[in-house]
Amino acid sequence: MAESHAATVEGSGPSTTALAHHFEDMEQQREAGTLGMWVFLITEIMFFGGMFLAYTLYRSKYPDEFARGSRELSILLGGINTVVLIGSSLTMAMAVHSAQTGNRKKLIGFLAVTLLLGLTFLGIKAVEYTEKFEHHHFPGVNFKLGEHSETASQVAQKPDGAAAQPQAQKPVLDSKRVQLFFWIYFAMTGMHALHMIIGAGALSFLIYYSRKGRYTPEYYAPVELTGLYWHFVDIVWIFLFPLLYLLGLHE
Amino acid sequence: MSEHIVPIKIYLSIWLTLMVLTGVTIWVAYYDLKQFSVIVALSIAVFKALLVVLYFMHVRYSSRLTKVIIAAGVFWLIILIALTFSDYWTRNWQAAF
Repeated sequence: MAESHAATVEGSGPSTTALAHHFEDMEQQREAGTLGMWVFLITEIMFFGGMFLAYTLYRSKYPDEFARGSRELSILLGGINTVVLIGSSLTMAMAVHSAQTGNRKKLIGFLAVTLLLGLTFLGIKAVEYTEKFEHHHFPGVNFKLGEHSETASQVAQKPDGAAAQPQAQKPVLDSKRVQLFFWIYFAMTGMHALHMIIGAGALSFLIYYSRKGRYTPEYYAPVELTGLYWHFVDIVWIFLFPLLYLLGLHE
Repeated sequence: MSEHIVPIKIYLSIWLTLMVLTGVTIWVAYYDLKQFSVIVALSIAVFKALLVVLYFMHVRYSSRLTKVIIAAGVFWLIILIALTFSDYWTRNWQAAF
């Protein structure tokens, strides 16, 4: 039975090496790969889901502090990164398309552009992080917000004269709750950035092997599955951007 | 079936839609819609995610088994959120009465 299957595949040309011996045919092999990748992605959904849950919970408890923390994030940089990442998803999809149609030059090109956009994203993220550390927005003992809206603990530290001044109409915010926002910000964007770094590694791997001509229209599973991973990371950012950057825009 | 090659035109129009929706999310965030801002922002994000999943990730052209597995994963996430909130939202009922 198995031999006859092998024989039929052999007859169809150079794809024999692509079929692993434990699969009946290419269709089954591809299906198994896609399914396995999705099972992995579901564990990823649950992983990020836990953090999204923490975010939702504390945002509903401390809406003012979360809006205040969000206002410190740069919508310009976050927006540019959103555009960069969605662009990289397009080029990744184009890379898969090139693999399917057997265009090696385009495959390498699109993979390279995807990698470049991914690195651009990480570069911009690094600029944002640097800014956050410089402004003491990283939660911890050195945490502080700008002069304009003082948090409760900072007001308390100042000599009595200053404490009476702050704008009466603005609610006094609890510094620890604002720090909670930044904790979630750093945890979520940090884990997301880590996924981007792993994705960039996978892309470099793909570029190396596609230059060697390993991928054909019969066998391009690594390109397809890395694509799934890359798009997943894009989806996480699609949620992170409005939830972290845009929630305190009005007022 | 999973071999289905998605035309470039579809990829480009999905990308364009995603870009437009990104613009819409930012634009709408400048308006104070009270509790609806979250709903609007999340609806747009879910729609964008759906486009990516269905077209960029080829789920629209995938087997039914793959679709069921993904739906089960999303369902599990909803359980996680729903059960946690059913706890938090009902914690202070005693004090209120």
